[in-house]
Amino acid sequence: MDEVQIRLRVNGLERRGRVEPRLTLADFLREHCHLTGTHLGCEHGVCGACTVLLDGAAVRACLVLAVQAEGREVTTIEGLGTPENLSPVQVAFQENHGLQCGFCTPGFVVSVTALLRDNPDPTDEEIRAGLSGNICRCTGYQGIFKAVRAAAGNTP
Amino acid sequence: MKASRFAYHAPSTLAEALALLAEHGDSAKVLAGGQSLIPMLAMRLAVFDHLVDLGRIPELAGIDHQGDTVRIGAATTHTAVESSVDLARTVPLLARAAPLIGHFQIRNRGTVGGAIAHADPAAEFPAVALALDAQLETVSPRGARTIPAEKFFLGTWSTALADDEILTAVNFPAWRGRTGHAVEELARRHGDFAIAGAVVAVELDGDDRVRRCGIGLLGLGSTPERATAAEQAVTGTAAGEIDPVEVGRAAMSTLQSVPADLHGSADYRRRVGAAMVTRAWQRALREAHDG
Repeated sequence: MDEVQIRLRVNGLERRGRVEPRLTLADFLREHCHLTGTHLGCEHGVCGACTVLLDGAAVRACLVLAVQAEGREVTTIEGLGTPENLSPVQVAFQENHGLQCGFCTPGFVVSVTALLRDNPDPTDEEIRAGLSGNICRCTGYQGIFKAVRAAAGNTP
Repeated sequence: MKASRFAYHAPSTLAEALALLAEHGDSAKVLAGGQSLIPMLAMRLAVFDHLVDLGRIPELAGIDHQGDTVRIGAATTHTAVESSVDLARTVPLLARAAPLIGHFQIRNRGTVGGAIAHADPAAEFPAVALALDAQLETVSPRGARTIPAEKFFLGTWSTALADDEILTAVNFPAWRGRTGHAVEELARRHGDFAIAGAVVAVELDGDDRVRRCGIGLLGLGSTPERATAAEQAVTGTAAGEIDPVEVGRAAMSTLQSVPADLHGSADYRRRVGAAMVTRAWQRALREAHDG
């Protein structure tokens, strides 16, 4: 099938590509943009490892086609912080044992960033519901929960 | 987990979308939010040569409240439903069912029209549409028509929509007066498909008799189901004389094909379903009574 020319902004930079329509946004970010912080676990919308912001809304990048992101703004984990300058959510994960192997972490951090932006003072129940779309197989949920609690106190 | 090849079309008007569907027939599929279709393509449970994306047709999104009807554009996201102050008041079942759909990342993309047209028997919005007698607006090359929810769901993932027909909006009645609404479901984890669930709307008259009642069931058949026998049993009856457990039992009495899978046998699902109806009935009735 014919490839399609797409243009979108990723972490503030314009990106162009010729893609097959079946290419997911997650594969576009990893293979075409070489932004491998967006992880792929299940590739069918269950695990949340590939969560990115699409026009500010947290979405599963494996459930968005790259062609659907034409003209839109994408923020990946690379756009939230750098090793030298971690985001408040990343700092909170680091300080509260919010990660073990780290595979699920980019998805959690992106989800939590959107969660706290929209609800800066969540209840414990709201935090747990907000985390329910991301799976951590190291079973680090208590640390992740504590990290969100801490980040909620530190984000402006 | 990679979809097979397809061509992608992103029409900017409904007319263009209809022309594409007319041209490609059953080799084309409408793409709404993609939160069910894209995983089905990835797992190759579904294969289409053409996808027609409705995501760039602005006229399909929006919530419009006129008189006693709330019209929800098919491309309105679950998040928009969940956060609508108007819907929380006019169609509380939608507002209360929305947070139970998947996770917030899914709800940011998933749409009302997509969920209803996908017609998963365990989904929430199809059951709400049935319980409230929603009217579904569609267009095809043969023109526009309105399909009552009761005639829309034909089987698992199967509806009255033709291959070249698009669901454009869903009209829900706004119940006024002494009304109560409740959604109850049992899922293994928050956001999972429910094992069984119930949505209940009830209206009382001035003498505390049930004036009308709508009960929708999810996860209990090959389509969303309506508990007509239970509705008839309570309608016209004094609310205080109704045994909530009996409402649950009546709601299960007419089910034909309760599914069984590794999450539960048909018998287990019936017991869960009866309990969900009972709980939802009690909550809805309390709300109608106390205001």
